[in-house]
Amino acid sequence: MKYARFLALVLLPALVVTARAGDRDEEPRTITVTAKRFEFVPSTITLKKGETVKLLVTSEDVTHGLFLRPLKIDTDLTPGKTQELTVTPQSPGTFTAICHHFCGAQHGNMKLTVIVE
Amino acid sequence: MKDVVDRRSFLKIAGTSIGIGALFHVAPLLGASANGRRIAAMLGKKNGEAPTPFSFVQLSDTHVGFSGPPNPLGTQAFEKAVDLINGLRERPDLVLFTGDLTHDSENPGEHADRMRLFQKIAGHLKVPLIKSVPGEHDAGLDGGKLFRDAFGETHYSFDHRGVHFIALDNVSLARPNVGPEQIAWLKKDLSRFPTTAPIVVFTHRPLFDLRPDWEWFTGDGDEVMNALAPYENVTVLYGHIHREHTHTEGHATHHAARSLIFAFPDPEAGAPKKPIPFDPQKPFENLGLRVVEEPGRRAAGNSSPRIEEVELTLREYAGTVGIQQLLKEGVSL
Repeated sequence: MKYARFLALVLLPALVVTARAGDRDEEPRTITVTAKRFEFVPSTITLKKGETVKLLVTSEDVTHGLFLRPLKIDTDLTPGKTQELTVTPQSPGTFTAICHHFCGAQHGNMKLTVIVE
Repeated sequence: MKDVVDRRSFLKIAGTSIGIGALFHVAPLLGASANGRRIAAMLGKKNGEAPTPFSFVQLSDTHVGFSGPPNPLGTQAFEKAVDLINGLRERPDLVLFTGDLTHDSENPGEHADRMRLFQKIAGHLKVPLIKSVPGEHDAGLDGGKLFRDAFGETHYSFDHRGVHFIALDNVSLARPNVGPEQIAWLKKDLSRFPTTAPIVVFTHRPLFDLRPDWEWFTGDGDEVMNALAPYENVTVLYGHIHREHTHTEGHATHHAARSLIFAFPDPEAGAPKKPIPFDPQKPFENLGLRVVEEPGRRAAGNSSPRIEEVELTLREYAGTVGIQQLLKEGVSL
């Protein structure tokens, strides 16, 4: 009985506190990216291998796309609607994400460099 | 009695390097021997129409309306290509344009003018048939409306001398996709043909993952190629990448034509995706406007393009496979 009370009074709160602290640790880092003709701002973002990151991507003008196959990113970016993308890169390297929704003459130059350290 | 069919006597589409795209000879030897004629007759029986020799040209990425440092000469390369084709000793039956006929404009009226200028220049081609598909610069901003107004449907098919041609649109959805509706149409279109039918698909973007990070791919290209997989004679012609490229996978061989406005570098060489700079000393270099003369004719001052056969297409290979299947089915030649 004493053992059960010990568990309830001491260990359980400690576990809850630990779990809450763990929740805070696991809250993914957020990176905001803006898409506009014909660039992403910022043009480069840096991630860490194994780190889960939340990308908040918004188009400022027309419909754009964001495509990066190694990170399984393949989405349209409708103006005014923020796309929330959660990624956990598994391999280091420098990758090029592109706009793959045709947006005008300089569409082919619209790139986002993703560095995974 | 079943004859042994020599690879070269069967059915061949050979690409010829004339430097302005690609010239394809279809079945040039079929009528040259009794054996070839028997093969043609049998294919006619199987496929509905016997292939007969003809040639066609693929041109791509003329970007009419483009103006900038990578090419300050505008439509000159396109006009030269038209002159070269008109000067060929063997007049092609058909010219296929694989997209980006025009450079896009924010002003629909200006873009329509560019399409009219394209039609005016292409109209000088002395060929019986001209067919085209849109590129993203033609159709990406308006879903293909202007293109359809000027040229008609963006996907369709037709038969020519025993070859089934399929035009696929992988740009009008704005994203690099063909889309489920068009893939359903493709499957229905193919369903009336036996697997031995010679098929030429022409489209703008590559239907395989050439360089996705350069947007050199089609998102649902695998679905298209799966629909084509049972067919033994498939050639896919595309543009978009502004350089020559050949890729074989399964029964299909894919060929990219050069651009007629500017060239992109080889991505495998580590270069960034930027047009190769314009060289005023060699204004058509890298565009494919290299007029190659036949060695024996150069001395005579004849500037006809050299007819140089290169291993550009699958016909010799796939045609042989096709005939093997017919033999297995017990069809006597």
